[in-house]
Amino acid sequence: MNAVDPKTQAYASSKTAKAVDLSHGGGGRSMNDLIQNVFARHFSNPFLDQGNDGALLPGERGRLVMATDGHVISPLFFPGGNIGSLSVHGTVNDLAMNGAKPLYLTAGFILEEGFPLADLERIVVSMAEASREVGVSIVTGDTKVVEKGKGDGVFITTTGLGVVADDLAISGENARPGDKVLVSGTMGDHGVAILSKRENLEFETEIRSDTASLHDLVANMLSAAPGIAVLRDPTRGGLAATLNEIAHQSGVGFALEEEAIPVNADVSAACELLGLDPLYVANEGKLVCICREGDAGTVLAAMRAHPLGQNAAIIGSVVDDGARLVTMTTTFGGRRVVDWIAGEQLPRIC
Amino acid sequence: MKYISEFRAPELARKLASQIAAEVDPSRDYHLMEFCGGHTHAIFRYGVQDLMPDNVHYVHGPGCPVCVLPVRRLDDAVELAERHDVILTTYGDMMRVPGTKQRSLIRAKADGADIRMVYSTMDALKIARDNPDRQVVFFAIGFETTTPPTAAVMQVARREGFDNFSVFCNHVLTPPAMEHILGAPGDADGRDTGQTEEKVRIDGFLGPSHVSSVIGSKPYAKFAEIWKKPVVIAGFEPLDVMQSTLMLIRQINDGVARIENEYTRVVTETGNLKAQALVNEVLELRDSFEWRGLGSVPHSALKIRADYEDLDAEKRFAVSAKNSREVKSCECPAILRGVKKPNDCKLFGTVCTPESPMGACMVSSEGACAAYWSYGRFRDGTVDGDARRVKEGEAA
Repeated sequence: MNAVDPKTQAYASSKTAKAVDLSHGGGGRSMNDLIQNVFARHFSNPFLDQGNDGALLPGERGRLVMATDGHVISPLFFPGGNIGSLSVHGTVNDLAMNGAKPLYLTAGFILEEGFPLADLERIVVSMAEASREVGVSIVTGDTKVVEKGKGDGVFITTTGLGVVADDLAISGENARPGDKVLVSGTMGDHGVAILSKRENLEFETEIRSDTASLHDLVANMLSAAPGIAVLRDPTRGGLAATLNEIAHQSGVGFALEEEAIPVNADVSAACELLGLDPLYVANEGKLVCICREGDAGTVLAAMRAHPLGQNAAIIGSVVDDGARLVTMTTTFGGRRVVDWIAGEQLPRIC
Repeated sequence: MKYISEFRAPELARKLASQIAAEVDPSRDYHLMEFCGGHTHAIFRYGVQDLMPDNVHYVHGPGCPVCVLPVRRLDDAVELAERHDVILTTYGDMMRVPGTKQRSLIRAKADGADIRMVYSTMDALKIARDNPDRQVVFFAIGFETTTPPTAAVMQVARREGFDNFSVFCNHVLTPPAMEHILGAPGDADGRDTGQTEEKVRIDGFLGPSHVSSVIGSKPYAKFAEIWKKPVVIAGFEPLDVMQSTLMLIRQINDGVARIENEYTRVVTETGNLKAQALVNEVLELRDSFEWRGLGSVPHSALKIRADYEDLDAEKRFAVSAKNSREVKSCECPAILRGVKKPNDCKLFGTVCTPESPMGACMVSSEGACAAYWSYGRFRDGTVDGDARRVKEGEAA
């Protein structure tokens, strides 16, 4: 995003435009207007304002972590957030799950011809707010426009850079039998909030997306217990997918207690109605933590002391299992496998 | 959650489990067919089998609507979407069911066919309203539970004069399927019924629940009277299944065969008369219909009445999928009859998994194979994505 100094470059602005058109991606004045009036205006920071093809950043001591995330959500606006805030939280959380302090973000926008500029600005404002809250700068970016019908309003790809302390060793392969499994709060809020606004499925609910940046919660947890083995955010595929991934990476199994897994009553009700299972529904502001048994109490207390971890809970243990299965004792007293999801979770018909 | 957690209460489950354990006759086995996939699902999802004595066996029945649809009808639906350029609408469960050569609706959609998942028949009609230049077909499947909404949408379409909406009707009926599984009356071993397939031992039925909310408990009377099999209409919650199991065990122990209704909060003897009348006005019995697993079963399905034939996709479009074929070694048919268990199938967990299903039973959340694979495979010794087999118990 080559930010142009408005003081020296006075363009005949196409401020009258109400929607994105192909000229906004054509490299001419309209594109510069868009960059000026929308992106540069809201994202302004010393690195972006350098106005060069790339951002020149000061060197950081320590190991760097990089993560990237594409956002293609529908609907773009949902209870609790929009694609803008989500695109910041998603990448910041990927950094945080490595124990990193997030520093910089980049943002790539693919806009569909005809997309209302007012909506774009709402999205950009919410990205700017989210990044300010986190304390990261959006240092460079890119905008492309595709013809109508070739996009879905707006797609946003964000890439993040963070720095991680030398004494941390957080990785999906570090789970050991005997470790405890914790979650930072209720499962499934984001996915159900999104579903409730899908065009053919609107239903009345108070459920809001949990979209949030988890880096501060993680910092609290790590200062209480630097030996945390695994951190991961259970996004697509929910808790079930995350634990199956870790089981495969670490070569272990999991034994969960259904009763201990926090689920918002409204989310349970919506899932019952739709034939879904909250364990497979996406979260955008929750994390799964695996730590040694001796650390579990300390980590849990640190989580609960943070606003984003008030409903944190210990939900089970890592077990020795060559088959790498995630199993769960049901509230009913039986036992079952918690498998990966196959395809998308589809509603039952009967 | 109110009205849900009561039917999943662990302390009640333990009480029921000890009652069942106390009442079963250790010198015999109990083979109970749970008709519906919803029951199978509850048994596996909540681990009900873990709470049962070893001599109580659940035999999984054919009550999975997408599982019993023969491959031919699915191929027809794919052809409708691909050759006739219609917008094909259907329930989500149907999307991944493999047709001939594993061609599913979801694959046809990826290749450009306009296939849309709907949550209700009225959503299908809305698509027709929003696309006046396109023909919209609702691919109707399911037992008596999903039949009234199909009839209702046809009435609305008629009333509002839609000429771009039609229904591809594949609705099937439960009692004829149960009769077929039992074979000729009085023939306990199921011989000489004109059917060649192996019969399964059934001491009693956990009867359909939501189906019965529509048709009532009455249509099952003949299973007690003629076949002398106890039937307990059972709800889909795990405590419903356990309570119904206990009721069946008591009947079997007493040597009686009655229709009992455990699911009294929903099911009455006569069912939903209004829904029945609605269905009756629009749909009528087919002479015969092919079921996956059961073959051709007389009077086991519904078709659209002549009065409504302008809304009948089979009349509006010439559909003739040729050379429909199921995967040869897929045991779906025997599994649907209760003769085999999913892990008797050599495809189970090897080439057939929910990600790449060879048969419908692995697709639907109501299918027995999917329930075994998704919830219960630690129990059967089939483990892991690469389906290594380990000794029973080792995985657990």
